[in-house]
Amino acid sequence: MTARPAPWSGRRGVIIAVAVVALFLFPFVASTYQTQLLTYGLALAIAALGFNLLLGYTGLLSFGHSAYLGAGAYAVALMLRYWGVSSMELFLLGGIVFSAALAALFGVVCVRHTKIFFGILTLALSQVLWTLAYKFFWITGGTDGLRVPFAKLTLLGGAIKFDGADAFVKFIHSYYYYVLVVFLVCVALMWLIVHSPFGKTLQAIRDNETRARFLGVKIWRYRWLAFVVSGTFTGLAGTLWVPLNGLTTPEILYWPQSGKIVFFAVLGGFRNFLGPVVGAVIYNYLEVYAIASTEYWQITLGVILIVLVTFLPAGIVGSAIRIYEWLRRRKEGRA
Amino acid sequence: MTALLRTENLHKRFGDTRAVDGVNFTVNEGEFLSLVGTNGAGKTTLVNLISAFLLPDSGRIFVADRDITYLSVEERIRAGIARSFQLVNLFDDLTVLDNLALAIFARERKTSRIFRLADRDAAVMGEALELLGEFGLRDKSAVFAGGLAQGERKLLDVAVAYALRPRLLFLDEPTSGVSTRDKAQIMDTVSSVVRNGKVTAVVIEHDMDVVFKYSDRVVVMHEGRFLADGPPEQIRRDPNVTTYLLGSDVSE
Repeated sequence: MTARPAPWSGRRGVIIAVAVVALFLFPFVASTYQTQLLTYGLALAIAALGFNLLLGYTGLLSFGHSAYLGAGAYAVALMLRYWGVSSMELFLLGGIVFSAALAALFGVVCVRHTKIFFGILTLALSQVLWTLAYKFFWITGGTDGLRVPFAKLTLLGGAIKFDGADAFVKFIHSYYYYVLVVFLVCVALMWLIVHSPFGKTLQAIRDNETRARFLGVKIWRYRWLAFVVSGTFTGLAGTLWVPLNGLTTPEILYWPQSGKIVFFAVLGGFRNFLGPVVGAVIYNYLEVYAIASTEYWQITLGVILIVLVTFLPAGIVGSAIRIYEWLRRRKEGRA
Repeated sequence: MTALLRTENLHKRFGDTRAVDGVNFTVNEGEFLSLVGTNGAGKTTLVNLISAFLLPDSGRIFVADRDITYLSVEERIRAGIARSFQLVNLFDDLTVLDNLALAIFARERKTSRIFRLADRDAAVMGEALELLGEFGLRDKSAVFAGGLAQGERKLLDVAVAYALRPRLLFLDEPTSGVSTRDKAQIMDTVSSVVRNGKVTAVVIEHDMDVVFKYSDRVVVMHEGRFLADGPPEQIRRDPNVTTYLLGSDVSE
C-alpha cells in the first residue's frame, strides 16, 4: 500500500534548517569564485522551481522557458540602458511584470493544447522572441547584447553600492545574500502554492483531466494561471542572473537554454518539490567544470543525461529518497 | 412525485448507429433508479448526454424545468448533476483525503485559492474526513488513491462525485470489475449514503440481482430506446425484458 511518506516528513524540517544555515555560512568558508558559482546556481534554481510548477505539478512539458529567463534578463538591461534605472528592487519589479505579461500572452496560445503540441508551441514562441532580439538590434544590441555592469547596480534602495578597490568581491558577497533571500522567499512561496487548493487542483488536472473537468474545474484557466506563475518565477531568475553575467545576449532566449531548464528538472527529479532546485545547482557546477576540463563538454553532459534517464529516472533527489525509504524499511524489517 | 430530470425526444447518432433514439426519460426526486440494458443499449451515452460529456443531435434536457441542454459541464454541476465513470477516474497521485477534499474545494469554489494551505481549511478537511467515514474509507485517508484495492477505488469514485452534493447523481457501473462480496458491500454503502443524504441516484448496472435488490424503479434500454420502465417486480415479470435482457431463468 502506498501512503504519504510521514517518516521522511518528520526529518524534513531538520534537513531544511541545516541546509539554510549552511547556505548562509557558505561565503565564510568558500572562495569568492565558489560563492559566485553558487549564486548562479541559486538564481537558476528559481527558474527550475517555476518550470516544475508546469512539468511536475501540472503535467505540461515546456520547451520554451528560455523566453521568460530572457524576458527577465532583458527587462533589467533595457531598464538600465533606456531609463537609467540602477535599483535592483526596481529591476525585480520590472522583470516580474515583463515576464508575467509575456507568459500571460504566450499562455493564452499554449495552454489549450497538451503534450507534444504544447511543447512545440512553447518552443516556437521562444524562438520568435530569440529572432526579435536579433532583428531589433537597435533596441536590443543584437548579437552584442546589452551590458549590465555590476558597478551600476544598487541594492536595498541604494543602501549598498559597488565601487572602490574590492568592488567585485563586495558585489559577489552582497549579491549572494541578496539572491539567497529571494531564493528562499521563492521556495517558500512555491511550497505554499503547490500545497494550496490551487496547487492541488493543478495536480488533479495532471493526474486526470476528465475527472477534474467533471468536478467543475475550468481546466484551461488553471493551466494558464500555472503558466503565468511558472513564467514569472523563471523571469525573476533571469533578472537575478543578468547582473552576475554582466551581459545579456539573444543566447539567453535560444532553445538550448530551455533544454538546460528541462535538464535541471530531470537531473534533480521533477516529481519531488526540491528536485529541480538541487538539479539546477548541480547542473551549474557540472557545466562549469565540464567546460573547464574538456572542449567536448556537451558530450559529458549528454552522457550524464542518458545515464540519469536510464538508471535514475526519479533524479538525484527522487532516488535519494527511494534509497532512504528502502534502508528504513530494511531497518524496520530487522527490528 | 416531482420530476427532477426530464429529457424530451433525445437523439444521438454515431455514424449509422442510433445510440440514443428519441428517449423521453424522467427521474423523480428522491428515487434510486437503475438503468439497465445489454452492451451498446445506449445507457452510458444517455448519461453522457445528460452530464455534458456529449452534446445531443436533437432533443432537450431539463433539470427542475430548467433547460440545461446546451449548458457546459461546470454549469450542469451547478445545476446539481454529478457523475462517476465506468472506468474508475481518480487522481491517483493524490491521497484519498485530497481526492475528496478537491471535490469539496471545487463545490465551494475554493480551488483558485493560491496562498493558503489546503490542509489548513478545517471546514473542508473535516467534511472530507466525515464523508470518508460514511464511505468506510477513513482509515485509508493518507493512502495514495493509486494504491487502493479495486473495490475501494470504486467507492472513492462514487464518494468524489457525491462530495459535490448533487441533487442528481449518476453512477456508471459502480460495481463492475469487483468480486460478488465486494459488490454487496459497495452497493450497501452507496445506497445507504445516497438515501440518507436524500440524493436522487441513477445507477447503470449489469448485475440484475443488484438492480432488483436496491432500486425503486428500473428502466431498461435496448438499441437506444426504452424497452420497459417500472418497479423491480414489474420489470422482473416483463416478457420483453425477459426476451432481450434477462433470459428465462430469471423470470421463473
